[in-house]
Amino acid sequence: MTAQGEAVSGSLGTRRSITTILGQIFGPLLQIFYFVIGSAVILGAIVIILALLLRGTRDDIDLLQGTLIILPQVIVDSLVRGFLYAMIALGYTMVYGVLEFINFAHGEIFMVGAFVSAGFGLVLANSGALETFNPFAFVVIAVLLGAAVSGTLAVSIERVAYRPMRNSPRLVLLISTIGMSLLLQDLVRIIATMTPLGFNARVQTPNLGSALTLAQIPLGERTINVIIDSRSLIFILASIVMLIFLNYLVNVTRMGKAIRAVAQDMPTASLMGINVNNIIALTFLIGGALGGAAGVLFGIRVQAINPYVGFLPGVKAFTAAVLGGIGNITGAMVGGIVLGFLEAFVASYLSLFTAGQFAGANYADIAAFSILIIILIFKPEGLLGEATTQKV
Amino acid sequence: MGVLLQLDTVHTYYGQIHALKGMSITVNEGEVVTLIGSNGAGKSTTLRTISGLLRPRQGQVTFKGARIDKIPPHEIVKLGIAQSPEGRRIFPRLTVLENLEMGAYIHPSGTPEYRNDLERVFNLFPRLRERYKQKGGTLSGGEQQMLAIGRALMTRPSVLLLDEPSMGLAPVLVEQIFDIVKEINAQGTTVLLVEQNAHMALAIAHRGYVIQTGQIVLEDDARALSKNEMVQKAYLGIE
Ligand SMILES: Nc1ncnc2c1ncn2[C@@H]1O[C@H](COP(=O)(O)OP(=O)(O)OP(=O)(O)O)[C@@H](O)[C@H]1O
Ligand SMILES: [Mg+2]
Repeated sequence: MTAQGEAVSGSLGTRRSITTILGQIFGPLLQIFYFVIGSAVILGAIVIILALLLRGTRDDIDLLQGTLIILPQVIVDSLVRGFLYAMIALGYTMVYGVLEFINFAHGEIFMVGAFVSAGFGLVLANSGALETFNPFAFVVIAVLLGAAVSGTLAVSIERVAYRPMRNSPRLVLLISTIGMSLLLQDLVRIIATMTPLGFNARVQTPNLGSALTLAQIPLGERTINVIIDSRSLIFILASIVMLIFLNYLVNVTRMGKAIRAVAQDMPTASLMGINVNNIIALTFLIGGALGGAAGVLFGIRVQAINPYVGFLPGVKAFTAAVLGGIGNITGAMVGGIVLGFLEAFVASYLSLFTAGQFAGANYADIAAFSILIIILIFKPEGLLGEATTQKV
Repeated sequence: MGVLLQLDTVHTYYGQIHALKGMSITVNEGEVVTLIGSNGAGKSTTLRTISGLLRPRQGQVTFKGARIDKIPPHEIVKLGIAQSPEGRRIFPRLTVLENLEMGAYIHPSGTPEYRNDLERVFNLFPRLRERYKQKGGTLSGGEQQMLAIGRALMTRPSVLLLDEPSMGLAPVLVEQIFDIVKEINAQGTTVLLVEQNAHMALAIAHRGYVIQTGQIVLEDDARALSKNEMVQKAYLGIE
């Protein structure tokens, strides 16, 4: 009994089996993968059924063919939006998990990341190095720069604007975050307009390569081109790499366990010798860095930004965090993915099915958010609210 | 047997509420000292003050001769003061093993010492070994209590503060927990035990204090206390 016991604690004490660690890292990613497939299949099926039902009502185009032809592009678009919201949502959910307030300045942390990419591109262009710069190195350096700047900024904001109010009512803190959000918008606006960046800043990049054709599926006299443009591909791949890193950090390392302990019970965590203030700063650093990295990737993809680009993605990512179950890390990623899919599908197909009567992003937002409200009516705790235990 | 931990006329407040009104206690190395008192007397407040979760407004706390009442809680643990808090306060969404790892947060993990600590806890509480993968929040009350004590032991303390380890446990389990406390003490850890179950507490303690509305009203060795008329009436239910 004892000998066997020694063996158990011996192996527990030194290193956990590699499968456990892999499970802790990739388990949440697998869950995201299921939601990606699930969203794509369900939404794809819905639009195809709708196309079949509405087929007779239109004589100008073949609705089914039109639906199928744009489907791959819509899914790529869904993934980009989904990972964008997922990465920003993590910042909201981590801060909420630990401190139970919504950091409304987080959208601006993201925006600052986008400006870092514009600044980096500009500096390279001015020195004449941009054209010949290795595209891979460009993306990696820009992402790391954006993560460092936004992460530092988030930590500083917590230190000066949130920590002094930590024991005040949550409403006061909330107002402080909104104030910080406006302050950052204006600061960036002033800096941008005073420098060659300008209010509408261009994100210059080296040539990032052309679109990748994954498949060509014949459909009657036309073909479905499954194409992914390089900037979207970069966005998706970089996001996945960062999510793997985050899961490793939070689920496997001692620091990550300390973050979870602090989120669950702050005074008791301090009784374990955990410096709660440092851990809170760390969550702002991680959340801010992810937001900044997302900002850089966003900038590289859309190539034109302004100081207000953080607002809408910020609000939507916050929604995604609530949709996934606020405070839940896997939930934030899943919520982002689901929201991205809903939005992209509605934006593309609403216009197609209504013959352009309801075209445009505004209708897409109304429709996507109505669906969200319906989901939350039936599942107010969020998609992963209580079902999984991986809160922060 | 030197003085290990001492509170000297400590006053602690919760805002305007004056919870400790000049508390003075002494814990010597190697002892089991118990603090008994009715609800709201200030027992938990005393332990929170020692651990640094609350700052006394007056008076001082000394540990091994040095003042600790201005040191933050995460530094106090490192000096060798561990607490198993009231209500157990297990991290509900961490596993048993992860809870124990958090207890060992201040020590490098994976060392032989760490493995020894883990082995010691698992030997004291074989239940925890069986359930090391289970989430803390899904343990039974008794198991959570074991985990709370085990987690505190993982910090490698020289003094262990226990806040009502018998709360809500069946009599058999209470006895078992108290036996283990005795064993922990025999292995060399000093214990400051807060209890409502004065009978059991006085049975294993060397000395005891009676606290009323934030002040010590009685102090004696445990046997004498259990024979004291006032204690018998108020805390042992003997008329
Ligand atoms: N967080 C708090 N805020 C305000 N007052 C508090 C707080 N915690 C305790 N008190 C008050 O301080 C006094 C001492 O409380 P304490 O928790 O130390 O009592 P206790 O002796 O541990 O009681 P019990 O046996 O019920 O656990 C009580 O009057 C209580 O109401
Ligand atoms: Mg108490």
